[in-house]
Amino acid sequence: MTVLQSQLSPSSDAYKANFDRMQALVGEMTGKAAQIERGGSDEARERHVKRGKLLPRERLAQLLDVGAPFLEIGQFAAFDMYGGDIASAGLIAGVGRIEGQECVVVVNDATVKGGTYYPLTVKKHLRAQEIALENNLPCIYLVDSGGANLPNQDEVFPDRDHFGRIFYNQANMSAKGIPQIACVMGSCTAGGAYVPAMSDETVMVKGNATIFLGGPPLVKAATGEVVTAEELGGAEVHTRESGVADHYALDDEHALAIVRRIVKNLNRKKSISLDLRKPIPPAYDPREIYGIIPADTRQPYDVREVIARVADGSEFDEFKANYGTTLITGFAHIYGIPVGILANNGVLFSESALKGAHFIELCCQRKIPLVFLQNITGFMVGRKYEAGGIARDGAKLVTAVATAQVPKVTAIIGGSFGAGNYGMCGRAYSPRFLWMWPNARISVMGGEQAATVLSIVKREGIERKGGSWSAEEEAEFRRPILEKYEREGHPLYSSARLWDDGIVDPAKTREVLALSLGAALNAPIADTKFGVFRM
Amino acid sequence: MFDKILIANRGEIAVRVIRTARRLGIATVAVYSDADRNALHVRVADQAICIGAAPAAESYLNGEKIIAAARETGAQAIHPGYGFLSENPDFVEQVEAAGLIFVGPSSQAIRAMGLKDAAKRLMEKAGVPVVPGYHGDTQALVALASKANEIGYPVLIKARAGGGGKGMRLVSDPDAFPDALAAAQREAKAAFGDERVLVEKYIQSPRHIEVQVFGDRHGHAVHLFERDCSAQRRHQKVIEEAPAPGMNEETRIAMTEAAVKAARAISYSGAGTIEFIVDASEGLRPDRFWFMEMNTRLQVEHPVTEMVTGVDLVEWQLRVAAGETLPRTQEEITLTGHAVEARLYAEDATRDFLPATGTLHHLRFPDRLDTATLRIDAGVAEKDAITPFYDPMIAKLIVHAPTREGAIDGLATALEKTEVAGSTVNLGFLTRLLRDDDFYAGRLETGLIGRKQDVLTKTAALQERHLAAAIAATSSTDRSEDTASPFSAISGYGHFRPLIHKRTVMHDEDIVEACVSAQADGALAIRLGDDQSAQPIIVRRDDPTRIASWPGHITVFEGADALTLKVPDPLQAAEESGGGDRLRAPMPGLVKLVRAAVNETVQKGQPLLVLEAMKMEHTITAPHDGVIAEIAAEGAQVNDGAMLVRFQGAE
Repeated sequence: MTVLQSQLSPSSDAYKANFDRMQALVGEMTGKAAQIERGGSDEARERHVKRGKLLPRERLAQLLDVGAPFLEIGQFAAFDMYGGDIASAGLIAGVGRIEGQECVVVVNDATVKGGTYYPLTVKKHLRAQEIALENNLPCIYLVDSGGANLPNQDEVFPDRDHFGRIFYNQANMSAKGIPQIACVMGSCTAGGAYVPAMSDETVMVKGNATIFLGGPPLVKAATGEVVTAEELGGAEVHTRESGVADHYALDDEHALAIVRRIVKNLNRKKSISLDLRKPIPPAYDPREIYGIIPADTRQPYDVREVIARVADGSEFDEFKANYGTTLITGFAHIYGIPVGILANNGVLFSESALKGAHFIELCCQRKIPLVFLQNITGFMVGRKYEAGGIARDGAKLVTAVATAQVPKVTAIIGGSFGAGNYGMCGRAYSPRFLWMWPNARISVMGGEQAATVLSIVKREGIERKGGSWSAEEEAEFRRPILEKYEREGHPLYSSARLWDDGIVDPAKTREVLALSLGAALNAPIADTKFGVFRM
Repeated sequence: MFDKILIANRGEIAVRVIRTARRLGIATVAVYSDADRNALHVRVADQAICIGAAPAAESYLNGEKIIAAARETGAQAIHPGYGFLSENPDFVEQVEAAGLIFVGPSSQAIRAMGLKDAAKRLMEKAGVPVVPGYHGDTQALVALASKANEIGYPVLIKARAGGGGKGMRLVSDPDAFPDALAAAQREAKAAFGDERVLVEKYIQSPRHIEVQVFGDRHGHAVHLFERDCSAQRRHQKVIEEAPAPGMNEETRIAMTEAAVKAARAISYSGAGTIEFIVDASEGLRPDRFWFMEMNTRLQVEHPVTEMVTGVDLVEWQLRVAAGETLPRTQEEITLTGHAVEARLYAEDATRDFLPATGTLHHLRFPDRLDTATLRIDAGVAEKDAITPFYDPMIAKLIVHAPTREGAIDGLATALEKTEVAGSTVNLGFLTRLLRDDDFYAGRLETGLIGRKQDVLTKTAALQERHLAAAIAATSSTDRSEDTASPFSAISGYGHFRPLIHKRTVMHDEDIVEACVSAQADGALAIRLGDDQSAQPIIVRRDDPTRIASWPGHITVFEGADALTLKVPDPLQAAEESGGGDRLRAPMPGLVKLVRAAVNETVQKGQPLLVLEAMKMEHTITAPHDGVIAEIAAEGAQVNDGAMLVRFQGAE
């Protein structure tokens, strides 16, 4: 294999400036993540602990194998939304290891508004289930939630991808043989009661867990019967009388140990048909990625410098190196897993699009997973290119990306604008995982371009009416547009809305991609049947 | 030679006899009690027969059943091992009456040596030096006190039928004699049903040196040199060696000649040991040793003799029993190098050597030593249990080297490399004794251990790095499956920081809490206690701390000491409490007292029964209010985990 030769000069001023800037961005995210990890308010946490409950992250840690990675999704979900204190949308989710088995874990955080489901909580829960479904991963639900967030019921209850979809997914995953395990560690009321009820196996914690369709106040209102929550739907009732739950746990630790035992007995074996190699680290320090990425997004750099810090041994065998050079394609290994990498080195031309489509065909034929390193302003525009059929060639790339059945993992490492997002496997193209660097930006077009386009339209309108538009007036017009695009294109804005699965440290890109692929390989790789390629 | 023999014993000696028999092409029959169904000696024998319940009196001491087993299986001879029926002349006669051969001396020889004072008179007559003393029948205080004056103080009062220190009193001056005599007689009566005592000179700075002898039925008798068994703890041998340190040719000739003379005096056939007490206050001298007693059986410490002489004493026993002559003449028996044996016991040295029990969840011996020959005679294997019914010996480790220092160093190393978890053992004590200055220099005397007991039983202190290593061990998951996954290859990944796992271990009654997180290099960063700003202790994947994990516990090995921590296992705890409606025995023991009955309504905290284990009483109380559905029977012997109480229905 070819070992990439880095041209990077770590002693240069540009490197140092880039490094400092990226380090500051990662530092900012680290600080925000630490804040979010605390969950709810101190009072809410204290109340929670006083009930003899473990905090959600403690539950998660107790459930997972020590030392094994946790690939969290939606860490910044609902960030700065709903008044700003709904940490991780009140739900911790991700892919972790239990008894050596990769599982999707969904943990309600009852310290955040009682663990109630906001619209983004629902979206995140469904996204976690989608990951489980696509990658054939057992689902573990640690339930401690008051159910739907009533003030937001219109955005939580009625639609297809709302609360009910959770149970639809459980039923259908169970039907596909994907284990559904619930551990009820707190309240689990009304619709929420279906999470344990729809699970294959359910654990309940003595004293704290309750499952009922209607709580004591509702029962009293409806029938006049006075009953305590424990009598109505405690662990005792459900494991001895109703059969709604299967395992009686004395406390959180016991419950989590039972869940681990359940997973140990699942009798699942991953079969990987890929030609795996022994992982070797890249020849270049992945932290040097900090120094590669220019502060100014318009300033070009060679994406091979990134690949050299992601791929095993910095080895990268390029495909069509001399053709369509703004899209880099080639074969590499990440933690021993063979991958086909597509990475942007500038705007997409017809040739680049054709090359990308061809490369995706190769990978699908050979069942090699795809990794997209996305940094794209879009497809080339202009008369010459339109006449050359760039829309037709772009469509070929989009068709290939859309229909490819090999696992796809996308990292947005810079810009993600316009149709470039589609061609490079944006969210709509169902990559198994989609991650964002803290420097990345996502929008229909760049803020500058948007402002310019809107200014031109505006100026034309004014001038058609014979008016005039001063440079100051134009600048005043552009400012809010630029601000809007900057705010709405920011990774935190994107992550908050679950347009991605999370913001990651660029220095750990190799690990994130490897773990994403490792999770994906739990599902067999299907044959690809491409759509019609417009010729 | 025999085609098939029965071994009327258990543990290491049964296993050891089977080994030689197998080498000689002799089929073996093991006998076992209910408690030994799955014991090692049963597993290694060609055939095994159950002879009764766990208490020795109902099994290994039941001569009739053993003889019946031999007849049933067609064994021609019975090897008694040591202990149990090995020195019981009535048994020998029953064996012979049944037309079988007893692998050992005649019943007459056993009887002759059985009563200590009679044996001494016999030896005196044969010209073997005996300790000055009175062995007569007169038991009156005045007569015995005057004899004591004749012998000269300090004197020792001993039970005539005794052994094991029972009915024994040291008296330093005449005023104390009457009380000491009364006490000794009382104890003798209680222990042996015979209150008669003898009075002997008390030897100061004494050493215990014994000579291995062997006779056949053709009038031959030889010795196989001496063993030193001075390292004793209350008359129990701890470390034995051959030859005796500081032995000179003159003394050796005098002692071995006396020993052979003793054997000839009773026409001894088979393996026997003549024990001498030696005044070593001025070194070993030919006129400072006296006959103590003769053991008419194979000794526990026989391997040291085997290693320095190259003789298989069990083979000789079988040949002699089969009527052959001794395989070697005295001249053909030579002594090479030095051998030392240590007895590995399940006992708690820190609690005055209280016998211990338990399942040996982890039992590892070194395979070999670089500079010396290692022999291990084990009676149990990993996962076997040490029960309260029998002697809690686990194994004997014997090392042979050209020099005494070499053998001691080798043995200490072997003990340090030995790992036992699941029961408390004396490895640390043995190692400290071997490395003791006086012992190492050969300045032996039987009081050495007693004098230094505090130092010798001081175990290694638990350090933070031990705790960290143990916590790391509790955190490990078997990842042998699916090593190809990045979830195996990548350690501790979190987008911005790894998850922090809380872990708890218990040391004695102290609860140690820790926060564990994995580093990218696979090491675990462990913070003990509450201070989260403290520097973490880093435990790498290749951490050299030796550790054994067994149900609910982690044992850390430091030198020859083992530090055991409890690891709370919620599943186990729930199982034990049965969700609160089952109570299980925390350790093997005897149900001494039952204080609640079936169908009785009990209240939380009410004592239900008393379990006696490890010589301590444990009261089992009700964890909650309830009605008793089942309760163990008084007097029942229970294993750890056995159900003691079950409650009716829900709590």
